Amino acid sequence: MNVVNEDKLAKSKKRNQSIAFFILGLLGYFIVAILLIILSFIVYKGISVINWSFITQMPEDGMTKGGIYPAIIGTLYLVAGSMLFAFPIGVLAAIYMNEYVKDGVFKKIIKQMTNNLSGVPSIVFGLFGMSLFVNKLGFGDSILAGSLTLGLLALPVVIRTTEEALKAVDNTFRQASIGLGATKWQTTRRVVLPIAFPNIITGLILSVGRVSGETAPILFTVAAYFLPKLPTSIFDQAMALPYHLYVISTSGTNIEESRPIAYGTALVLIIIVLITNLLANALRKYFGRKVKMN
Amino acid sequence: MRTFIKKFSEKFIEGLLMLSSSVTSLTVVLIVFFLFKEGLGVFDKTAVEEGFVIAINKNNSVTELSSEEIKNIYDQKIISWSEVRGKKDSIFLFRLEDISNFYTDEQIGENFELLPLRLSSIVDSFPNIIAFFPEKYLDKNFKGKELHADKVSLSEFFMGEEWFPTAHPSAQLGVKPLILGTLWVSLGAILLALPLGLAAAIYMSEIAKENVRRFMKPLIELLAGIPSVVYGFFGLVIIVPLIQKTFGVAVGETGLAGSIILGIMALPTIITISEDAMRNTPRAMKEASLALGASKWQTIYRVVIPYSISGISAGAILGIGRAIGETMAVLMVTGNAAVIPHSILEPMRTIPATIAAELGEAPYGGLHYKALFALGCILFIITLFINLTVEFVSNRKKFNKH
Repeated sequence: MNVVNEDKLAKSKKRNQSIAFFILGLLGYFIVAILLIILSFIVYKGISVINWSFITQMPEDGMTKGGIYPAIIGTLYLVAGSMLFAFPIGVLAAIYMNEYVKDGVFKKIIKQMTNNLSGVPSIVFGLFGMSLFVNKLGFGDSILAGSLTLGLLALPVVIRTTEEALKAVDNTFRQASIGLGATKWQTTRRVVLPIAFPNIITGLILSVGRVSGETAPILFTVAAYFLPKLPTSIFDQAMALPYHLYVISTSGTNIEESRPIAYGTALVLIIIVLITNLLANALRKYFGRKVKMN
Repeated sequence: MRTFIKKFSEKFIEGLLMLSSSVTSLTVVLIVFFLFKEGLGVFDKTAVEEGFVIAINKNNSVTELSSEEIKNIYDQKIISWSEVRGKKDSIFLFRLEDISNFYTDEQIGENFELLPLRLSSIVDSFPNIIAFFPEKYLDKNFKGKELHADKVSLSEFFMGEEWFPTAHPSAQLGVKPLILGTLWVSLGAILLALPLGLAAAIYMSEIAKENVRRFMKPLIELLAGIPSVVYGFFGLVIIVPLIQKTFGVAVGETGLAGSIILGIMALPTIITISEDAMRNTPRAMKEASLALGASKWQTIYRVVIPYSISGISAGAILGIGRAIGETMAVLMVTGNAAVIPHSILEPMRTIPATIAAELGEAPYGGLHYKALFALGCILFIITLFINLTVEFVSNRKKFNKH
């Protein structure tokens, strides 16, 4: 009697486990399926739109024809501008946090503040950028204002990835360098940074991907609905890919006619994200192997 | 001398580094300053359109009207003075364009130079009148009584049930529909995302083989990298028509569409953080459970999940935070009707979507502009609160370890 019960118990235990694992696996693959559906849908609809003239020509006929060249250029400017601002400051900040400052209240406060900043919704960055850069400092709707806003948004990401990269550097390297009489900065610059460099670059690439897709922060700081010419200075307005997609898919006069352009723009955005992700992963793998070999 | 230069440059560099590290803190402080400076300004303004006058007969006992009452009188929903603490008398609504019913063009004057005088006498001759007209036509010896609109009050702002900041002549700034819209959409999102995300996290950390995990992890990261407007676009062309067909509703742009898209967007946050937490479960704990005869599944839900519960909750809370703050995707799929929602299948409007949709047309420094900054303040406070909660939850875990 007892034996039978135990046998039953073991069986139901096993059955429960199989059911649970099956469901969990199903749900896990379901998420992968969602991603693949989104990607393949955009690729399927967009691939016929994208050609050389699509990415090198101006929009025409109320954006129902022509290309998205100015939006691509605008996004390039914004990405470059924001990284020019966020990358040096972020890396320097991370160096200070990881190499210089000792554990204590100061470090805790800065860590908390950086954390808070990364939690701020992107639309709030937009509000802030508008009131500080556009209105208070008088930059107007401009590439400068947009780049600074996006740069602030990317700053926590750069700091976090750089900090992780620095943390991964083995302490013996630092001790050896200090032991040889190098100063702290010499150690950081000649020993720590070169080792951490690949991971830092990976972080940079990932934040490029993030910044190029952000819409809310540029709505009121730089984005223009339509510009017939390219921006010539950092005080000009610019078109940008994500904003372009938003506008032609929701508020154009010919939403139906401009759908193909919308699919094409979405695909370009997806391609940027894919490239940055693949590049980052490849770099991580490549340098990971290299370091191990040494 | 050389050591001096060396020492000096070391100090200089350290200062530079310190300066850089304080940029984020400075930014947070500046965000708070600018957001609240503009946002709190809304309570210094009156809801009545700037440069407009509301006048009543001098014998009318009514001394004040709330902005909601003003709007309802103007829309002729309130038609008797007794409804607004006055005498029992019907309200005679006078708009500036009604002047031609009383006076000819000549009597007003070619350049409206006699208009103030005429307005004054009209208001004086009807005891039950309420008149709306621009302040520049207010006569110096105005014979009626000017009603001073109250400043926007806190209760009006938070309890008001209507968001209509461009209403004429009195803006309606009730954020209740927006807050409720945000809650509905984010709650729906987390209800969808939490079970899915948890399942995926358990599968990846405990069940799947290493090579499956190595294949899934970058895909989840990719899911996090897709820009929100692409999600919004996808929702617009796929999810919205789907909902319209499935549920037979008039418009597919509903809270549910927003919840589904936000749910997908919150997945990577939930999965990454809870997976991390589960993988941190000490091996000895799992092995002890297995050695006692528990199955792998029993070990997962009796040992791994309880051990990593704080990390899982942190992931869930951050997922909610991401959903609440998300702007573009929601703006594109929820239909943006600023009314108090009764079901998830109605169009809704969230706080971030409102800011994004309206800031472009709000005149700089005006009531509407400041009201949108006040919405930004609410959003900032909510997300700050969420961040601190996460901090608290994950700190508790450290405490337990000792």
